[in-house]
Amino acid sequence: MSKKVFSRPRSLKEAVFHYCPGCGHSIAHRLVAEVIDELDIRSRVIGIPPAGCAVLAYNYFDVDMIEAQHGRGPATATGIKRARPDSIVFSYQGDGDLAAIGIAESLHAANRGENITVIFINNACYGMTGGQMAPTTMLQQRTTTTPSGRNNILDGYPVKVSEIFSRLPGVTYLERVTVNSPAGVNKTKKAIKKAFRCQIDGLGFSLIEILSPCPTNWKLSPVDSCKWIDDVMSKEFPLGVFKDNTGAGKKTGEAAP
Amino acid sequence: MKGSIIINKELCKECHLCIYACPRGCISPTREYNSRGYHPVCQNKNNECTGCTLCAVMCPEVAIEVYRE
Repeated sequence: MSKKVFSRPRSLKEAVFHYCPGCGHSIAHRLVAEVIDELDIRSRVIGIPPAGCAVLAYNYFDVDMIEAQHGRGPATATGIKRARPDSIVFSYQGDGDLAAIGIAESLHAANRGENITVIFINNACYGMTGGQMAPTTMLQQRTTTTPSGRNNILDGYPVKVSEIFSRLPGVTYLERVTVNSPAGVNKTKKAIKKAFRCQIDGLGFSLIEILSPCPTNWKLSPVDSCKWIDDVMSKEFPLGVFKDNTGAGKKTGEAAP
Repeated sequence: MKGSIIINKELCKECHLCIYACPRGCISPTREYNSRGYHPVCQNKNNECTGCTLCAVMCPEVAIEVYRE
């Protein structure tokens, strides 16, 4: 009798993803759903999809979802978490959503140390609108609005969200991972699980930045996109744990370090 | 330990990340079509699958189910 060792998680609906072939969003969706299943928190989870490619995430997650205004995921999550402290709230955001229009809301939610989890998908371009330059686009990277490569004099430098947020005292757990290989996917799942665990234990703000392939807008095949993350992107955005205060214990009213 | 996989051909989008992930080369591209116009992958006939789940871990569409003896 053969035993089933891998199948679709229960928190993921039977719907077919609308994402392009090889997109990292689908992998991140599955990992979040697996973590929700494994922690057995499906009835308590409230998710917040972004504006961007993942705007239809509520079609795929079989948990409660509330669509936020563009970039305002952490602000909406703050409200939900404060109104219903027993719920588990996660905001799922892309780089245009979190690092461009929503940087203020995200930064201040992190700075307040709200007890929420943010899943941040970094694909170095605006995916849904056709691959324009995003704040996270790397120098010399070609996009539809920087056809000769991003120029630091005209366009500035890439925004490194994990590095910036790790300086904020309100942040408890922050890690940058990637989904370009089976090892990376397993590591990402562990990171997401730790972030949710951090929220369940009431330890504070957690953010997981996922370097995610965007084969369509990078004009590469899915397999080449995965290699490009290893060769180019993870050099500019180094992987690893940027902050981990989960061992420090629960934050009290005035004793924030 | 022998394993096997079941590929849902309707979900496959031909990204070939499973082929890249499989350490034993058990998965190949095909020329057939599914209803959405993609060429789904298939499992090879001479099957050396160990049920390691790496293909399913990598599959963005959750199209692969893995079984172990």
